Amino acid sequence: MADVVIRAENLGKKFIIGHKAERDGLLRDAISTGARSLLRKGADLLKGKPLNAGDTFEEFWALSDVNFEIKRGELVSIIGRNGAGKTTLLKILSRITEPTTGRVEINGRVNSLLEVGTGFHPELSGRENIFLNGAILGMSQSEMRRRFDEIVEFSGVEKFIDTPVKRYSVGMYVRLAFAVAAHLEAEILVVDEVLAVGDAEFQARCLNRMSEVAGSGRTVLFVSHNFAAVTALTKRSIVLQGGRLTFDGSVDAGLAHYTSTLNKIGPDRHWGRGKHATLVSAELLDPQGKPSDRYTPGTPLCLRVVVETTGMPGMSIEVNLRDQHNLPIAFYSSGGFNQVSLPTQAGRYECTLSLDAYYLAAGDYGIDLHTSHTNIMTDQKIDSAVRFHVDACSPDGIAFDFRQDLGTGHLAMRLTAPLEFAPVAATEAPGEPQSVRESG
Amino acid sequence: MSETGHRSGTHLILEAGRADRQYWQDIWRYRGLLYILAWRDVAVRYKQTVVGIAWAFIRPFLTMVVFTVVFGHVAKLPTTNDVPYAIVVIGGLLPWTLFSSVLGEAASSVLSNANLISKVYFPRMIVPLATVLVVLIDFAVSLSILAGVMIWYGIAPGWQILLLPVFVVLALLASLGPAIWASAIVVKYRDFRFVIPFVLQFGLYLSPVGFQTTVVPERWRLLYSLNPMVGIIDGFRWSIIGGESPIYLPGFVLSLVVVAFFLWLGIYTFRRIERGFADLV
Repeated sequence: MADVVIRAENLGKKFIIGHKAERDGLLRDAISTGARSLLRKGADLLKGKPLNAGDTFEEFWALSDVNFEIKRGELVSIIGRNGAGKTTLLKILSRITEPTTGRVEINGRVNSLLEVGTGFHPELSGRENIFLNGAILGMSQSEMRRRFDEIVEFSGVEKFIDTPVKRYSVGMYVRLAFAVAAHLEAEILVVDEVLAVGDAEFQARCLNRMSEVAGSGRTVLFVSHNFAAVTALTKRSIVLQGGRLTFDGSVDAGLAHYTSTLNKIGPDRHWGRGKHATLVSAELLDPQGKPSDRYTPGTPLCLRVVVETTGMPGMSIEVNLRDQHNLPIAFYSSGGFNQVSLPTQAGRYECTLSLDAYYLAAGDYGIDLHTSHTNIMTDQKIDSAVRFHVDACSPDGIAFDFRQDLGTGHLAMRLTAPLEFAPVAATEAPGEPQSVRESG
Repeated sequence: MSETGHRSGTHLILEAGRADRQYWQDIWRYRGLLYILAWRDVAVRYKQTVVGIAWAFIRPFLTMVVFTVVFGHVAKLPTTNDVPYAIVVIGGLLPWTLFSSVLGEAASSVLSNANLISKVYFPRMIVPLATVLVVLIDFAVSLSILAGVMIWYGIAPGWQILLLPVFVVLALLASLGPAIWASAIVVKYRDFRFVIPFVLQFGLYLSPVGFQTTVVPERWRLLYSLNPMVGIIDGFRWSIIGGESPIYLPGFVLSLVVVAFFLWLGIYTFRRIERGFADLV
């Protein structure tokens, strides 16, 4: 069909990753492994193979067997966890890297936006960087000149346009960078998570601009963790999981599928290791002390955490509660709030964090766990270590169900004293408040 | 049927190991980027310096003075027909500096533009080519030194000077091959980042920069000409001082062959490694 602009068949991308074997630090061993690795690298050089650091090698498929078709004018979001292969897919589509297997057919010019401010040079002025960045993104000089004023206006940094960008604040830098990107014109636009920058007002402007682009009949592929943006901008979504395409369909169904994949990852997942303290497992407990993935509003939020420590003093456990859009809503730190550290005797410990009883709105939640040193240096960070669901939230047992997706918040506020209305005599006629009159 | 698809005319197939037939066309299409990258490097180079672009003048001038003193006055190397030694030196120094700057700057160019390469598509050869443009600007500045020295000694060039651009182009081609090769190989094996400054340092003494080729014994001349810069520097001097500095023809032809070989090797290697650049940088 002529209307298909991107067709991917059996797409796969392989990386070779090296692992270092455990060493016991003997000089003799270091010399012998060093010599062996030198020989191996020398042989690689002669054979023209790329070098890899490490002693053992493993093939890692960042993408495998991915098939899809995208038609002209479609707005598609690609969602998935970190490391699911989203960026690799975008890099293949934008010709930055080659697929290992399979093929992609593309009809039309692809412009990709994997980062804002690619190639910005700190020594150059804002004006110069607009032209540089534009050329790098594939705009022609005449196109740049035509849109220059528009870009400057969008960025809101007119005053500093001839100042080197190294003197810009982070916010100004990002605004300018996004302003150029937002004026990129392409038949097929490929956009990675670039909206997660700037303040709320600027983000809203960016979203508007993106939906203008999307509305003008272009084909857009869009990666984002911002569910609101995904729902607003795209109609169809592709879900990647561990390098495989696991869902292709409407956005709402895609988001639901994605959320369900998050839930499936249980405590048996291997979390890797921290430097001093390692989280081994964590689970939510119900009021009877049994592991559960359901939380009943108004009961203590109990987490059982197994942690290993090297005995480093001042290690603390931190908890970050997140809503279904992955926005943080609550935080706890054993060191910061209670001055409680992990034991200074090395070993594996189990503890139960019994947190206050909250009336959490119905919906999905995730908990990130961190271990940190003196509350500053994060030692290990596990995103979505625990996922749980609140079936219904009806404080005080009334039939009204307070849900997250109402958009009014996550916590049902409760009264500590009965709500009573006492009659008050009307003393003043309605009109302008006194204070305003005085200031005017 | 979809007319827009045909109008845009870009049908692309991405596959493992597929050589892109539109590569050279693409380089032409992206020439705007080539200019702007070169412009960026020039614009940035002399920022926050006091004398600015004058550095392009000062460096070769001081080198010329030092070489004239060392080779001409201390070592007392001969020149044909008593041409001032400064002219011999500058005639060798200009093409050599062109060669060594192109090779030295281009070698690290792909690595230092890693942020672009991992985020945006463009024909990667644009990057080393852009550094060539930058070096050419410096070269143009140092040509003024040559003019100045010739006026100082009151030497008028012959008709041979008209062929000077030919030798400049040859010097460029000679440097382009190794430069493109190095810029690609450095991405894969960073060892070459340390090797290339060495090669350039030795090359300065292995090439007839501070002396004339006539100093080299007759029976070694052909072997000596395996260094492509030998023929080119000779030609460069010939076009400045004419008959006073003869060209050794068999050696010159050999230099050309070596230049062509390196050019082929450079482009071939670059095209082969280029596909993996984004995964390697």
